[in-house]
Amino acid sequence: MNVTKTQLYNLHKINGAKFVKFAGYEMPIQYSSGIINEHNLTRTKSGIFDVSHMGQLFLKGGDDLTEKLQNIFPTDLKKLNINQSKYSFLLKENGGIYDDLILTKLKDGFIIILNAACKHNDLKIIKSRLKDNSLELNEDASLIAIQGPESKDILEKVVKNVSSLNFMYGNVFDYDNEEIFVTRSGYTGEDGFEISISNQKVNDLVNRLLDLGSNLIGLGARDTLRLEAGLCLYGHDINEETSPIEANLKWAISKNRVNENFPGAKKIKSQLNEGVKKIRVGIKPNSKIIAREFTKIFDKSNNEIGTITSGTFGPSVKAPIAMGYVSNEFSKNDTEIFLEVRGKKISANVCKLPFYKKSYVKGSINV
Amino acid sequence: MSDVKYSKEHEWIKVDGDIATIGITQHATEMLGDIVFAELPEKGSSVTKDGTAGVVESTKAASDVYTPVSGEITDTNQSIVDDPSKINQDPEGEAWFFKLKLKDKSEIDSLMNKEEYDKFAKESST
Repeated sequence: MNVTKTQLYNLHKINGAKFVKFAGYEMPIQYSSGIINEHNLTRTKSGIFDVSHMGQLFLKGGDDLTEKLQNIFPTDLKKLNINQSKYSFLLKENGGIYDDLILTKLKDGFIIILNAACKHNDLKIIKSRLKDNSLELNEDASLIAIQGPESKDILEKVVKNVSSLNFMYGNVFDYDNEEIFVTRSGYTGEDGFEISISNQKVNDLVNRLLDLGSNLIGLGARDTLRLEAGLCLYGHDINEETSPIEANLKWAISKNRVNENFPGAKKIKSQLNEGVKKIRVGIKPNSKIIAREFTKIFDKSNNEIGTITSGTFGPSVKAPIAMGYVSNEFSKNDTEIFLEVRGKKISANVCKLPFYKKSYVKGSINV
Repeated sequence: MSDVKYSKEHEWIKVDGDIATIGITQHATEMLGDIVFAELPEKGSSVTKDGTAGVVESTKAASDVYTPVSGEITDTNQSIVDDPSKINQDPEGEAWFFKLKLKDKSEIDSLMNKEEYDKFAKESST
């Protein structure tokens, strides 16, 4: 299989990156200072993530396009303001999740950011559902995220007015005589931005941000950051076998759309009415033992009640943390459950998410 | 002359009379990254050459710690359980894992010396 390198590959290498193959890309898992240091730099200062492996899909069109997309996604796209972003899903007919994604409504269309491992399949599905064979992923632009409390001031120095963006909004800005698209969003639980910029200029931008005090952060810290923030990782916490309701993400389904006709609508409606058998919860082991993905979950009578889907050590909460699915009757906060790690059952509690309080900057417009 | 020997599982062993001190190598910690959890064998338990005798976990993954020799555990280093980051800081010094009373001293003979191990580690990481 061919391995693709992003535009920033050499920069990663110079900075001591250890690489990992991810979705056909050679991506930095960490740099020389290590995952915990990178995690802490993002929480306390500023970190840059190369997420150029993710899919960027631009769809051109007006109200007619909004109407068509409304038939594909469970989000009320008509209600979105221009430049507003929403977390949404590409769903199977049976309610399973093909991908989770961020949609941003533009004056002349939509931008959709897709997971790297799903993007080609997503494109196929979107093409067929829209009956538009001309759609292509944008391979000419790189995507970077800058996250953490100092990021706003650092980015403002090179992208004028960017700090005026509200959380979950995007806009076009000028960078070095080029139009770049920036959204105020991310995957760390911190304030931050995601920037789509031409492949020609991405190295220049990242180098300037590094000079201004930001730091390169690898996929390893991206994972500990997002798990502390309670955010799902596609292919682990959600997949084609889980619905948004089971994934405890019903907040991302627009209420007024439940009775409408989009793929998965029927299942979502029935699960909202009748409840679900299993549901995603936060899990806190009552010891220092880490329970990883695929760890089996038991009740106190030794009945198997679920599985861990993500688990690690949370550097900011300074304790092991996990997420997983449990039978609905065990999903209340503080329910004691048992995790089978290396043949032993260890005590844990179901807990609220996130593990680490999010510091998103809320703007004046709340939707 | 160094009296420290090394295993292919990246443990080091230092022998003093019939007591051996065992830990994981600098190279192992570099491969693992930040260590956030350590589990040690129980004092008084018996371990067998190449069997598991503990666990270390980084933010990324869990790895077994093997014992390069057989014996009875006489002491364990609780300070690395309390603060696993010590393993990254001084793996071949203060952050030893356990001590054991050797069952069969000849088991040491098959282990690598420093030069051999450095070569092995370099080859196995490329």
